[in-house]
Amino acid sequence: MKETVGTHGLVFNEPLLWEKGAAGRNGFSMPSRDVPESPLDEALAGAGPDFPDLSEVDVVRHFTRLSQWNFGVDSGMYPLGSCTMKYNPKTNERQAALPGFAGAHPLLPAELCQGTLQLMYDLQEFLAAITGLPAVTVQPAAGSQGELTGMLIFAAYHKSQGKARHKILIPDTAHGTNPASAALCGFKAVAVASNESGVLSPETVAGLMDEDTAGIMITNPNTLGLFEENIHEVARIVHDKGGLVYGDGANMNAIMGIVDVSQLGVDVMHLNLHKTFSTPHGGGGPGSGPVCVTSELEPFLPVPRVVKTKKGYELSEDFPQSVGKLHAFYGNFGILIRAYSYILSMGAAGLKKATQLAVLNANYIKEKLKGDFHLPYDRPCMHECVFNDKIQEAYKVTTLDIAKRLMEHGFHPPTVYFPLVVHGAIMVEPTETECKQDIDAFIETMKTIAAEARENPELLHEAPQITKVRRLDETLAARKPCLTG
Amino acid sequence: MRYLPHTEEEIRSMLQEVGVADLEDLFSTIPGDCRRSGDMPLPKPMTEWELNAHMDQLAGRTAAAPEYRIFMGAGSYDHFIPSATSYLLSRSELMTAYTPYQPEISQGTLQAIFEYQTFITRLLGLDVANASMYDGASALAEALLMAIRITRRKKVAVSSLINPLYRRVVRTYLEPTGYEIVELPYTDEGRTDFSALTGLDELAGVAVQSPNFLGCIEDLPAVSEAVHADKKTMMIACFSEPMAFGLLKSPGSQGADIACGEGQSFGIPRSFGGPGLGIFATRSKFVRNMPGRLVGQTVDKEGRRGFVLTLSTREQHIRRERATSNICSNQGLCATNAIMYLATLGGSGIRQLARLNRDKAEYLKGALAQAGVRIPFTAPTFNEFVAEFPKGFDATWKKLLKKKIVAGLPLAPYYDEMANHYLLCATETCSREDMDLLVKEVTS
Repeated sequence: MKETVGTHGLVFNEPLLWEKGAAGRNGFSMPSRDVPESPLDEALAGAGPDFPDLSEVDVVRHFTRLSQWNFGVDSGMYPLGSCTMKYNPKTNERQAALPGFAGAHPLLPAELCQGTLQLMYDLQEFLAAITGLPAVTVQPAAGSQGELTGMLIFAAYHKSQGKARHKILIPDTAHGTNPASAALCGFKAVAVASNESGVLSPETVAGLMDEDTAGIMITNPNTLGLFEENIHEVARIVHDKGGLVYGDGANMNAIMGIVDVSQLGVDVMHLNLHKTFSTPHGGGGPGSGPVCVTSELEPFLPVPRVVKTKKGYELSEDFPQSVGKLHAFYGNFGILIRAYSYILSMGAAGLKKATQLAVLNANYIKEKLKGDFHLPYDRPCMHECVFNDKIQEAYKVTTLDIAKRLMEHGFHPPTVYFPLVVHGAIMVEPTETECKQDIDAFIETMKTIAAEARENPELLHEAPQITKVRRLDETLAARKPCLTG
Repeated sequence: MRYLPHTEEEIRSMLQEVGVADLEDLFSTIPGDCRRSGDMPLPKPMTEWELNAHMDQLAGRTAAAPEYRIFMGAGSYDHFIPSATSYLLSRSELMTAYTPYQPEISQGTLQAIFEYQTFITRLLGLDVANASMYDGASALAEALLMAIRITRRKKVAVSSLINPLYRRVVRTYLEPTGYEIVELPYTDEGRTDFSALTGLDELAGVAVQSPNFLGCIEDLPAVSEAVHADKKTMMIACFSEPMAFGLLKSPGSQGADIACGEGQSFGIPRSFGGPGLGIFATRSKFVRNMPGRLVGQTVDKEGRRGFVLTLSTREQHIRRERATSNICSNQGLCATNAIMYLATLGGSGIRQLARLNRDKAEYLKGALAQAGVRIPFTAPTFNEFVAEFPKGFDATWKKLLKKKIVAGLPLAPYYDEMANHYLLCATETCSREDMDLLVKEVTS
């Protein structure tokens, strides 16, 4: 049998933390006591938490073993559509760990934190340059908080125009967070169907847009990996009725250096620094979701804002129309450092090249695999392409089976069953940091799996077999929740 | 560019397969009037070595220990971080993974989060904890929204001794949908005044912070009694310094229905305020109304123990606009950081360390009082407290910055009535020598 990237190896079992250790063991170097004990009212004193006592070696082995059960970008290709799992440069980690950054207290007087303030100010300028939208906040802690910020700005804008609006248009290709974020601002989501080409039709939008509708939330390129080519017309229709256009910038990796977002008619856009700007996903955060807006909407941005004065950089609260604060301090500063380092390492030409190669990789995969897997929208894609399991249905093989079999071959599966508009979707986003050899190996593996589906579907139904655990009983987990040990 | 692996030859051959002439042609579906005309106006790229020098210079322009002595907490605390924790956290299998949607190859993240959830419930004396939220402030806002959902009421009361920055975030989250927020005053001893609850009816929830923003430990059993006089109203106990629960009774054991707050103290660098860790825990009966991700234990098809994300029908990607929150990710790596730190500390360690934190601050408080500084609030405190200095102290405070001492946080910008009041903090990282120096400087 041909060797695959994925193979067997020595994997350790490891119990839960409280199943190991012994009372009295110690893993922490307790600082010396140079002050006397001070009495505490007995009514306030507790017994302390029931944590196990572990040695430093216990803890180090425990988490080292756990880490070996995980697949990360550093392990291999991670073509998870919509998530932009590009390589996370190591120099960014070095910069974020510098004592002046990692040790900075957020409430230092401005004269003692000029470095951190300058970094935030410059990053805002960079993001403005990349999107074309002139005013930026880096406070939102994640994409979803960026969306919430955007919706708060919509609400504040309409209020300033003298009339609150109650509805918002959201295409069926949108991320699920879009309607949830809009609902937090009291907007009722109105679904907009995409057309047979997978993009928005101006006529559909015109039929739904009215003067009680705050605007539209558009992901462009959309979650099918297609550029919303009618965006100009859609924006015009929305603006004519006094509405605003929100751009979900989760897919910015497809258009850096190519598109000027402000020219699309977009008024507000959030970016995901953990996608486009290479910061690590951390197994589910921390991310960062800066928001870029037109100069007309600048007064509504969250406070405090970093401003540049003759004396240097300062935090200013002097924006009376602001939507307020979203984070206790200024957002996920540690993530901002990494994105800033990435942009400085890449430069304008490097970022544009990243976009071009991301789109090249996706189109190359699309062309090479479209005979083996059904491609519902056969047209040039941007940074990701969406297949489904229609061809494999005949062999009773599903998208889930294909995903699980990919693991055994050494690849992280693509995003599956999203976007919802494609039944059994397999959404592949290779990103630019995968080289041609790895892309070819992925294509070869997908072809092998397509053949296995025909010839030996059992292999797919039984996959994965060589992982730490096999398929897990998710129904049991939800029916009889066991959320603590 | 070293992150872009394609050679010119590979690009040519791939373009050929795609059937386009050059890279620009890949963007043919983008209408001309959407295209950018010139290059993005960004600085020219730096080499790794130029970047190091530039970042060293920027980081060098921010005050940090040990060069500076910073006696400031107020929601961001200086604690020693063991090398083992930082080292383990840099394991790239954990750091460069996505959300564990494919559990078979994400058991590391999933077990670590399950352990985190378990430790948090044991720390806070509650039944369930989520996989974390963005920070203490948004966790509090989400807790109040949860109480509003459960009780179907539209009004909440919030102690004025909750971190003022958290209260502002609460306003941002609650005001657009028209929920009413009532602020509760405080007593002379530095605790929330719950007599103000009398006459407030139909409250969805009452939020209090303990230790509160002034460092004072609230009388939570009394809070519970006052809040639960209305059986429906939920008690939300917030915190910004969870190290305190190594020493103090847990919020859950004293009546809290939800405990939430900031977990930065658990091994996470202050990093100018973020990323931190939004901790969130509640009672079992409320779990289906809880925001955020949850990891649950289950078995694989061979009956072996394993972990998955569960109860996701509460979440935005399934329930869309009817979700319990719009939160999508969590602060996964920060939660992982916290469990690594807490495992290192252990049950015995957190008791000792919490005790040492309190004793350090008590020493400083006592030394200042002895030197004639007024300590206005008499309630017991954990690792921070308020000192009232004579009029004109702001000049001394500024002068001390030049001596590389930050003598606490001025409170006047947060509370009008607190001119010359400063919030001082001492954790295990402050030596007696440093504290003696501070006392000498502020009283001379």
